[in-house]
Amino acid sequence: MNATAVVTGLGVTAPNGLGMEEYWAATLRGESGIDRLAHFDTSGYPVGLAGEVPGFDVRKHLPSRLIPATDRTTQLALTATAWALEDAKVVPADLDEFGMGVTTAATAGGFEFGQQQLEKMWSEGNQHVSAYQSIAWFYAVNTGQISIRHGMRGPSGVLVSEQAGGLDAVAQARRQLRKGSDLIVSGGVDGPFCSWSLISQWTGGRLTESSDPGHAYQPFDEAATGYVPGEGGAILVIESADSARRRGAPKSYGEVAGYAATFDPRPGSDREPGLRRAIEIALADADVSAADVDVVFADAAGDPALDLIEATALVDVFGPGSVPVTAPKTMTGRLYGGGAPLDLAAALLSMRDGVIPPTVHVALAPRYEIDLVSGTPRGASVRTALVLARGQGGFNSAVLLRAT
Amino acid sequence: MTTNEEMTIDDLRRILRESAGEDEDVDLDGDIIDVEFADLGYDSIALLETGGYIERERGVSLDEESVTSAETPRKFLAVVNDSLNSGTGQ
Repeated sequence: MNATAVVTGLGVTAPNGLGMEEYWAATLRGESGIDRLAHFDTSGYPVGLAGEVPGFDVRKHLPSRLIPATDRTTQLALTATAWALEDAKVVPADLDEFGMGVTTAATAGGFEFGQQQLEKMWSEGNQHVSAYQSIAWFYAVNTGQISIRHGMRGPSGVLVSEQAGGLDAVAQARRQLRKGSDLIVSGGVDGPFCSWSLISQWTGGRLTESSDPGHAYQPFDEAATGYVPGEGGAILVIESADSARRRGAPKSYGEVAGYAATFDPRPGSDREPGLRRAIEIALADADVSAADVDVVFADAAGDPALDLIEATALVDVFGPGSVPVTAPKTMTGRLYGGGAPLDLAAALLSMRDGVIPPTVHVALAPRYEIDLVSGTPRGASVRTALVLARGQGGFNSAVLLRAT
Repeated sequence: MTTNEEMTIDDLRRILRESAGEDEDVDLDGDIIDVEFADLGYDSIALLETGGYIERERGVSLDEESVTSAETPRKFLAVVNDSLNSGTGQ
């Protein structure tokens, strides 16, 4: 069965906007959410910039039953999910509970919750560790809590492939729709900021040590020094076109038309990295030629070697400067499992509004030979958008979205 | 705080609120003593958390199995008060 997978609802919690329209308006204004990390005191730490979701008061968004049981990341995920379902006009209680599933991406789970409980264990003893620790720290926690809250008992899971995971989760959602599910809640919300988490991220070796928010995360710039981490992401309601029609879904943002994932050769190998193949296979999967792609949302690692690999793959597939490329994540930082879903949301909103959001803080280095949409948004008819994401450890994923 | 004083339904209401929160569709101040925890919005992890809270507050040791299998506040209170009365408090 080859069900068409359409996105019918979006929910966003991003460092430059809490809520989809807030995020999109800020993004088109070029407004960055990157600033000095406020969540805890980072003096003495080698890194101190972050993209934090502003103004999130959990008591306004979730029932008190869920608050002691969940990490902030899960609270953001549950909030984004409620918004996405509302946007899609889905009332789960009216639908077949086994026809609905949840597949999200994660890289950390409830890291801060875990840190707090470990601190209690050390300082007060194991009697003081919360029973909720048993689920709250876990990678699959967002999927599980979304499933429980909305009574979605169909095929569910979690994808853990660093920043590539958000695209892999959406591809898994499409697989489940093809196997007969009606609706899958997908995407991801990720990126906790506790001291344990920040140091764990720092040891990955790719965080910038810059302390200037305007000169920190600068992919495709000669000044690139790494990336700024961020929290948040997007939740997507993805349905088979048939079941969306059957229940009278009010709108479709677009179709998940193509996907591919590849893995890089071992470090030090002289074989080509896997990104170009991921792009080509995703285009073939969607039956779209390179000339038909209207915009690319880049992975935009912010690391000179990785930026060169991405720019080279784009030039190989599309030709030099022949497709607009953008990285609105320069306004949020990299959100790990939440990053690619947020790019998917931005790409779908580009289609809706006929405008490509800008990349900020970047002066394009000429050696990259790409047409970077920089500084201000660019009006364009967007019918197909390619979203790229790479995960540390060798993951390359690509999704081709098509207007419906 | 360590005390062998019998635990009442009002104590339990307070502890449930503090340790596990309150379902928006449930009136915890109503007549809940024989209402099943599932209908009050509490699952087994919530009961485990509530049991842990009582162990810390009362300095008592509760049997995990009995705590999570108590279906109603009346049965839950019986488990707690049995432990308090049998002097398993430390």
